[in-house]
Amino acid sequence: MGRVGVTGETVARVAERTARASYGRLVALLAAPAGDLQLAEDTLAHAFEQALTTWPRDGVPDNPESWLLTVARNRQRDLWKSAAHRRNRSLEAATDLGADVVESLHDLDPDRIPDRRLALLFVCAHPAIAAGVRTPLMLQAVLGFDAAQIARAFAVPAGAMSQRLVRAKRRIRDAKIPFVVPGRQAMPERLPSVLEAVYGCYALAFSERGEGASVAGEARYLAVTIARLLGDEPEAWALAALLTLASARATTSGDGYLPLEDQDPDEWDRRLIAEGESYLRRAERPGRAPGRFQLEAAIQAVHCDRARSGATDWDTLCTLYTALVAIAPSLGSRVARAAVVGRTRSPETGLSLLDALPVERERFQPYHAARGDLLARLGRHQDAVAAYARASTLSTDPAVRTFLERRAEELSR
Amino acid sequence: MRYMLVFHYGEASDESIGAEAISAGMRAMASYAATLEQAGILVSGQVLQPSTSSTTLTLVDGEPRIQDGPFADTKEQLGGVIVIDVPDLDAALEWARQAPPLSWGTVEIRPGAVHIEGGTWVASA
Repeated sequence: MGRVGVTGETVARVAERTARASYGRLVALLAAPAGDLQLAEDTLAHAFEQALTTWPRDGVPDNPESWLLTVARNRQRDLWKSAAHRRNRSLEAATDLGADVVESLHDLDPDRIPDRRLALLFVCAHPAIAAGVRTPLMLQAVLGFDAAQIARAFAVPAGAMSQRLVRAKRRIRDAKIPFVVPGRQAMPERLPSVLEAVYGCYALAFSERGEGASVAGEARYLAVTIARLLGDEPEAWALAALLTLASARATTSGDGYLPLEDQDPDEWDRRLIAEGESYLRRAERPGRAPGRFQLEAAIQAVHCDRARSGATDWDTLCTLYTALVAIAPSLGSRVARAAVVGRTRSPETGLSLLDALPVERERFQPYHAARGDLLARLGRHQDAVAAYARASTLSTDPAVRTFLERRAEELSR
Repeated sequence: MRYMLVFHYGEASDESIGAEAISAGMRAMASYAATLEQAGILVSGQVLQPSTSSTTLTLVDGEPRIQDGPFADTKEQLGGVIVIDVPDLDAALEWARQAPPLSWGTVEIRPGAVHIEGGTWVASA
């Protein structure tokens, strides 16, 4: 095997690149036989540690992924065979099974290492796993974020988050949630929770700016991976399109927050826009009603199209939001629709839609921000200032808060 | 892997829901048992008498105390269990979905840890 002598720094970079590309693949492979995610993560962490000590000395192996898999697998076997584990028959059976799965991978071309990440994603978003822990579990098991990072992104104490993750992993092992991709029949029931959890990864990026950028990038990567692995699921492609198009605009705002219509389209990433649009085309199914993510991606595409046309097609946005509210009547989609109707019809019509929302609206920041905008358009500046002030107190993002306060201040003059 | 399907439901009687409903339930349970048997996954099953016939034993200051009634005084009571042996949770869920008690209560799916075989405890996985 030809090995290249490299400096410690390069080794660290190879390990990091391998980790990013392979972490989820390796965890999925190692965890599948016995359903033991914790053990898979621990042994893989051990293998990465080994890599950082031996690669600088012996060179980076030709196939880092299979090197890591072998080291982790050997460690797993040692643990399984240890006295503590030998007493348990189920784990012994799992050892044989695990050996079967990984033995055949020895010295394989990395492209031929089977990808079981999809199965792992379906485990993380299994209906038997509490909805609130599905996204954190994906961030950890598939993307390799540590519990502390995830805890920060969810604004939860680190100890509490790591406890939730440990409990979920124990549950997967003990209840024996299978590492399988559901068949066609169960797919419509299972896929939405997977896509929802991936979308959750992305949504985090907005709540936490520090960790946000990396989480958003990884969520997009995951969405595209899922769409490719599934091949022919329109909503999976639509989610990939949605996150790609949103990412195309996310690069612009820098530190501050700029609402969509104040953003300069020249700063948007044209390459990502083109990529997102190509995913959206793959989601199209003529004659079939569009799904929720397809509508949301189409809305993003309309906004991105301003980079080409120079204007926003508000009428199309209005149609898309009306369709979205019909199939996914969340508070968020209803507020967004009211804002667009306020633009295309009249501010009064938009306001009456906002007034019709259920009481939960009072604690929903976008409701107050949209209301402030429509009131300002009507010249009711005093009411608009009050609405913006309310929106600002509800916002957790300092950049958004600054923006809302500035709007209120401009209107008070 | 062994799973126990645990049925909880409000207890019904001839008087409360009618003899016809009771016998329809029994017919459904009979055919469910036959289906599980035919699939080769049935380990055992037990439907219980109403909880009013239950007697509970606890230790109070080291002395056994006999009490009239079930351990927990709730509206829904443990009504019966079925143990099946299937590969994983998805398979267990699929069978639980077909359990007739789902129509009149809840079905809890609980993985087995150990069970007795020939007088010794063995892993249920």
